[in-house]
Amino acid sequence: MSVYWEQHLADIREQLLVMSSLTERNLGQATRALLDRDDQLANLVEAEDSEVDQLEKGIDEKVIVYISTHGPMAKDCRFLITASKIASELERIADQATTIARRARDLSRVREMASLAGIPRMAEEVQAMLRQSIKSFVERDTDLALEVIGRDRLVDAEYKEAAHDVEIEIVKDPTVTARALHLLTIAKALERAGDHATNIAEEVFYLYKGEDIRHSKIARKSSNE
Amino acid sequence: MSSPLQTVATASEAFATQKPHSSTGGPRPVVGNPIIDVQNLDFLYGQTKALFNITLSIPEKQVTAFIGPSGCGKSTLLRCFNRMNDLIEGAAIGTGNIRIQGIDIHDPSVDVISLRRQVGMVFQKSNPFPKTIYQNISYGLELQGVKDKKRLDEVVERSLRGAALWDEVKDRLHSSALGLSGGQQQRLCIARTIAVEPKVILMDEPCSALDPIATGKVEELIQNLKRDYTIVIVTHSMQQAGRCSDQTAFFYLGRLVEMDVTQKIFTKPANQQTEDYITGRFG
Repeated sequence: MSVYWEQHLADIREQLLVMSSLTERNLGQATRALLDRDDQLANLVEAEDSEVDQLEKGIDEKVIVYISTHGPMAKDCRFLITASKIASELERIADQATTIARRARDLSRVREMASLAGIPRMAEEVQAMLRQSIKSFVERDTDLALEVIGRDRLVDAEYKEAAHDVEIEIVKDPTVTARALHLLTIAKALERAGDHATNIAEEVFYLYKGEDIRHSKIARKSSNE
Repeated sequence: MSSPLQTVATASEAFATQKPHSSTGGPRPVVGNPIIDVQNLDFLYGQTKALFNITLSIPEKQVTAFIGPSGCGKSTLLRCFNRMNDLIEGAAIGTGNIRIQGIDIHDPSVDVISLRRQVGMVFQKSNPFPKTIYQNISYGLELQGVKDKKRLDEVVERSLRGAALWDEVKDRLHSSALGLSGGQQQRLCIARTIAVEPKVILMDEPCSALDPIATGKVEELIQNLKRDYTIVIVTHSMQQAGRCSDQTAFFYLGRLVEMDVTQKIFTKPANQQTEDYITGRFG
């Protein structure tokens, strides 16, 4: 393979890392905007979403060019398919970050809720999952990828708990319903972001092991551990 | 004329001693009855060894692709199957043997002409005879002594249909074959090969001189032909091997590195050399 095309593959990898950094930052800033009632930060997250969108398009374009010109095989083929899928998952995480930022902005304009229904803890968990899924990609660490898959179950449980807390808040004081529903939307966005981080980890496992563990016993086992 | 392969009573008898192979390279599952069985084959051009201890089986009525960089021995092995290498001075088998339907093809009792009828060959460059389309097909039969016009007509039509060429040439059967396009000439050569009803068709880079449309037609033809024939194809196109074959063997420097189901070779090969080759990192 020529140096030029080796570089083409390296560029895809590099763009993925840029995209993941940006997505991770957006998710962190969206949560911070909620906790600090910081509209400016929320606006920044929203503005940066289009940058993530453009990166996804750029990666897909490079993937398509390579596939069209090379008919890639084996690890190259897996890398290209995985890169496109990871880019798509990152883009969706960034969308969830935007949702969180918008709801944070809405919440900053009303009276503060006494409880945030476990959202800060959940956000921390999801950010860690995203970080680790990308780390497993960079370091070719499939054990770490499995660990990420296992953590999704915790996030799902936290979401259920958050939904329950919100329900209780509404029953206790129906005037908080609108605010509580904003929180529920944020919790749901985090839960979805956790799902996307899990998908990334599954793609990483496929990339390096050549084994598709989606909807498989391995994935379920990791979730149950 | 008797066939060198007719001495085998039944296929099951011929393959009674077949065992899975486990020498060079990784696992090489063969799904289906092996029709060609190569055991510990060394092959030499004079003093130069071109093939080293090759052991593999080619399953019946499937397409097997040989891939590898130039000079890796894939065409040499292909030509061993119908003893085309006999025509090269100094070329000879060192050790090992090749059995086709259980018969050692180097046994002195084997009639090489009959062997080549049963193991036909299609070359890189189409090589129609400077005769009519009809005569290109009928010639082999006429050499066998077939004179019955009705039978010749039947075989010509069947062969041209079998090579997916009939509809394109049925109105000009008595025109020169040299007037056909490159792709049509190659399919005519395939028709000529199947006219004598071989068991095996060897193809040595059959599409390397063809445009993508003609290549597509030949590849489609290969898929149809495997219903009736065993096909072994040498190709430099990884995509072609991936599209056409059921199993693939990768050769390097005269050695069989890996042989496996094609889908596995091109998605998750067991050997690093195979992966480096198919992803274009060497060769």
